[in-house]
Amino acid sequence: MSNKTPPNLRYTKDHEWILVDGSTGTIGITDHAQDALGDIVFVDAPKTGTPVQAGKVFGTVESVKAVSDLFSPASGEVTEVNDTLKDSPESVNEDPYGKGWLIKIKLSDKSEVDALMTADQYSAYAAQEHS
Amino acid sequence: MTATLRQTALHSVHKRLGAKMVDFGGWDMPVEYGGLIREHMAVRTAVGLFDVSHMGEIEVRGPNALALVQKVTCNDASKLNVGQAHYNCLMYEHGTLADDLLTYRVADDHFFLVVNAANQDKDFEWMRENNSMSATLENNGDRYSLLALQGPKAAEMLGALTSAPLGTLKYYWFTHGDVAGIPCRIARTGYTGEDCFELFCAPGAAEKLWDILIDAGQPHGILPCGLGARNTLRLEAGMALYGHEIDASHTPLEACLDRYVKLEKGDFIGRAALEKQKNEGITRKLVGLEMTGRGIARDGYPVYLSEEGDAAGIITSGSPAPFLKKNIAFAYVPAPAAEMGRAVWVGVRGQRVAAQLVATPFYKRPKK
Repeated sequence: MSNKTPPNLRYTKDHEWILVDGSTGTIGITDHAQDALGDIVFVDAPKTGTPVQAGKVFGTVESVKAVSDLFSPASGEVTEVNDTLKDSPESVNEDPYGKGWLIKIKLSDKSEVDALMTADQYSAYAAQEHS
Repeated sequence: MTATLRQTALHSVHKRLGAKMVDFGGWDMPVEYGGLIREHMAVRTAVGLFDVSHMGEIEVRGPNALALVQKVTCNDASKLNVGQAHYNCLMYEHGTLADDLLTYRVADDHFFLVVNAANQDKDFEWMRENNSMSATLENNGDRYSLLALQGPKAAEMLGALTSAPLGTLKYYWFTHGDVAGIPCRIARTGYTGEDCFELFCAPGAAEKLWDILIDAGQPHGILPCGLGARNTLRLEAGMALYGHEIDASHTPLEACLDRYVKLEKGDFIGRAALEKQKNEGITRKLVGLEMTGRGIARDGYPVYLSEEGDAAGIITSGSPAPFLKKNIAFAYVPAPAAEMGRAVWVGVRGQRVAAQLVATPFYKRPKK
């Protein structure tokens, strides 16, 4: 399981991840989340410039059989949206920590990220939730 | 948590294959094995195998078997030949559906009813209450496993495993024969819109039959398929699902099942209500729709007839259609609005997304 949980990311209880690089946070959903959803066919993400708030819904991801809200791991403003997902939403299944990233934000409070789970903590959390 | 769910004879096979399991009508069933879209496409282009042993089987026998079946259902079972099956509805007094089912005539005085898993006990009880003619009635769901082999390659691969005359077995007819030595009732029925076979066998033989079919299907690209693909396949094929399009508050006339309502066959439960509704006209009607805007309709979403007005209808099943690559749905709308081509809007999480009423079935298999 740990190989599916990159150590350089932080994780939420709602199964999103965030990668911090300077003041930019890249956000996606975890391997566990994409696996639970099944074939992803639609990603609804906010436009560039939209403010997002930690713990609040910023969009939705839909598989063939279900809709799931996306919760932002941190607060800030959307600076980039992964437009390739419009034509290739399956990237979220195939490469949830790479090509399947969802949005980038300019972090307004980097300390919010420190409160999120580490990879080890998330692995344990996801395994427990699964059983 | 899962300990209280019922299991089919193939439960260990699903576990072995790593299926994702869900509670479906009180049964622990596979929803997918390795990708719903792949499974859906396998059935449209090659062949897929489903465990649908959760379906209920009710048997009616004896000199009054036909009389009981005729009393509780709206199709005309007297028209069935031995070896033939048809789609049917189990009716309530108000003309609404207790269930939908397939009625197989095994002998002049023996009917085999395949009903929805979640309704089996309720259906059996309803039939028992109405069995004033004392037909022999048995709730036999535990005596059968049911494997559905569906897809354009199904006939070819099954034909190599049985001496039963599949070539002359017409749609909605059935026969009996061994499949790789396992005695089966072989029916040309299904729920996917493809060429199809349903194999009823003893639960003790189900795992062996499953493994034989999967092995024999390898050269044809067979995939084990879960209830997720079963649902998207039946939706593309324009088939109703109990608890969604049809239930105890909708009539077969509202659900566009008119051709299965045989008012002329004589009295049956719900007949008077259906005749009245037929004379007065229905007020709401089941329609197919296709999203033209960017969004996916889902069960329970509201349907609007204009960009400003109140909700006028409701989505009963909505999903991306993996083969058609469109977002499609069934919905109830006011009958006067049920015109093909009409523009409507679906409320997708607070936003009205454009859609259009279209003919069903959404998908028809190409003629050979």
